[in-house]
Amino acid sequence: MSAGRWSAGVIPYAEMGYWRPDYEPKDSDILAAFRITPQKGVPPEEAGAAVAGESSTATWTVVWTDRLTSYENYQGKCYKVEPVPGQDNQFIAYIAYDLDLFEEGSIANLTSSIIGNVFGFKALKALRLEDMRIPTHYVKTFQGPAHGIVMEREYLGKFGRPLLGATVKPKLGLSARNYGRVVYEALRGGLDFTKDDENINSQPFMRWRDRFLYCMEGVQRAQAATGEVKGHYLNVTAATMEDMYERAEFARDLGSVIVMIDLTIGYTAIQSMAKWARRNGVILHLHRAGHSTYTRQKSHGVNFRVIAKWMRLAGVDHIHAGTVVGKLEGDPNSVRGYYDTLRLDKVEADPVKGLYFDQEWASMPGTMPVASGGIHAGQMHQLLHYLGEDSILQFGGGTIGHPMGISAGAAANRVALEAMIKARNEGRDYLAEGPDILRAAAKHSRELDIALSTWGDITFTYESTDTPDVVETPVSV
Amino acid sequence: MRITQGTFSYLPDLTDADITKQVAYALDQGWPCSVEFTDDPHPRNSYWEMWGLPMFDLTDPAGVLYEVNECRKAYPGHYIRLNAYDARYGRQTTALQFIVQRPAEEPGFRLDRTETSDRRVRYTMHPYALDRPEGDRYGAGR
Repeated sequence: MSAGRWSAGVIPYAEMGYWRPDYEPKDSDILAAFRITPQKGVPPEEAGAAVAGESSTATWTVVWTDRLTSYENYQGKCYKVEPVPGQDNQFIAYIAYDLDLFEEGSIANLTSSIIGNVFGFKALKALRLEDMRIPTHYVKTFQGPAHGIVMEREYLGKFGRPLLGATVKPKLGLSARNYGRVVYEALRGGLDFTKDDENINSQPFMRWRDRFLYCMEGVQRAQAATGEVKGHYLNVTAATMEDMYERAEFARDLGSVIVMIDLTIGYTAIQSMAKWARRNGVILHLHRAGHSTYTRQKSHGVNFRVIAKWMRLAGVDHIHAGTVVGKLEGDPNSVRGYYDTLRLDKVEADPVKGLYFDQEWASMPGTMPVASGGIHAGQMHQLLHYLGEDSILQFGGGTIGHPMGISAGAAANRVALEAMIKARNEGRDYLAEGPDILRAAAKHSRELDIALSTWGDITFTYESTDTPDVVETPVSV
Repeated sequence: MRITQGTFSYLPDLTDADITKQVAYALDQGWPCSVEFTDDPHPRNSYWEMWGLPMFDLTDPAGVLYEVNECRKAYPGHYIRLNAYDARYGRQTTALQFIVQRPAEEPGFRLDRTETSDRRVRYTMHPYALDRPEGDRYGAGR
């Protein structure tokens, strides 16, 4: 490095050692792929170097105190910049960070480094963290899911099919006693889980303790009525950790198999609850409340696949991850990428799914993805096709809005699901024949018959905002 | 009542032909099958009695169905379920589990309530059939 590197003043980041096209990332490095949109006149390499610098050691000017350190080790290194196909002024900058930069087992520390300051950086018009490769050296410093998919299935005694859930509606205003009625009816009818919504905490119309008591009465009654294990995600989200622990302990003491938290409680609180959940044998459900504020726009923010990765490390057993066919954002290929990230042990880089890096989870258990928002029994073949067996399908309106009642709505969903699994296992082309399979199953289920005639044609066909840059080229068979 | 444990309890009872297709699917996936029976269907009863060992080396669905039928003959009044097990690294758990026989009468469960302090209630699920000795719970002998 030239002597000019240490002259007082401002020099380009690229010349300060943050642009390293020759650098070979180490197996133990944390890698990040950023989508950068430089300001006019800023070369992409300089923009990439600036991101590497601002997310690691750099400040805006030369500081002599760098020379008291083995600074090359601590510098983020931008080692590759690639133009985004089909975009004028967008590039993917690949940056490697030495493992020494991060505290073991801390999502807060990891994120304070990687997304701490750099997103407001003036030299960039926009910046998006697209993906990260977490080396197994770092993966192994996290607890991971409190139970994971395998343990959850064994604990519930439910195998060979997606699990079914529903969010109690209306989400606000029901008294605790009325709310518990919805829980009881939906579980008795055939769902495995019911769920508090993200903003059900402890409001004037229904305080948490009352809700917990009535919900658990509903859960216990439904278990006795069906001989199955049932659960209600009791949302313990609150203003302080002390409040959350109090609520979670009460849920545990009432015999709840599961509690729930919102993403809004913050990464550290999530990790604390994950440890609590493992210690107490209670499954931990995470609602991704608020994520769309930073995950949805393609040029700026953090891609949901990164959030999914962080949350598997942080230790949640369930996370909402998109439906493809429902009312909320979710391009099919991107959603497959999220689901792979949550469930598989080895995930291979795949530009079609938006996955930039290979990711090894080193036997960390999987997190169960939850599909929720505007889905109904008539889509069962598509849901099974896109989302697979290790998922939770949540039909809120699609259960509670059934003309024959909540219990009938639940039964319709369960019949549709079991019929679809049976057909798939029998080797039928269930995606193409889905509507026929459902109609045949409806012959012995009036509940499903009515559900299909109520919602059969409802679809949400809007173009996705967030899609991978690479489109799968159809191949002729 | 109808106990709805297992993958297919909301469908009409599977015929032998249906069962054979599900077994064929399991064997295709490399999942060995096993048969279990019980007269204690409490959902927290993890360990139903094993009808022999898992059929690790059996590749013909007819062989599995034969064992299901032998178990049915020996325990005509019990619950019988069929399991398919996925021993792959990273899974090592049951992959599919469904009921292939249930008693003619399913009395279900009583919910016992113990009222404790602060409006809390402790619930215990009590299978009615458990009041009779093992083997004599569903009126079919054995």
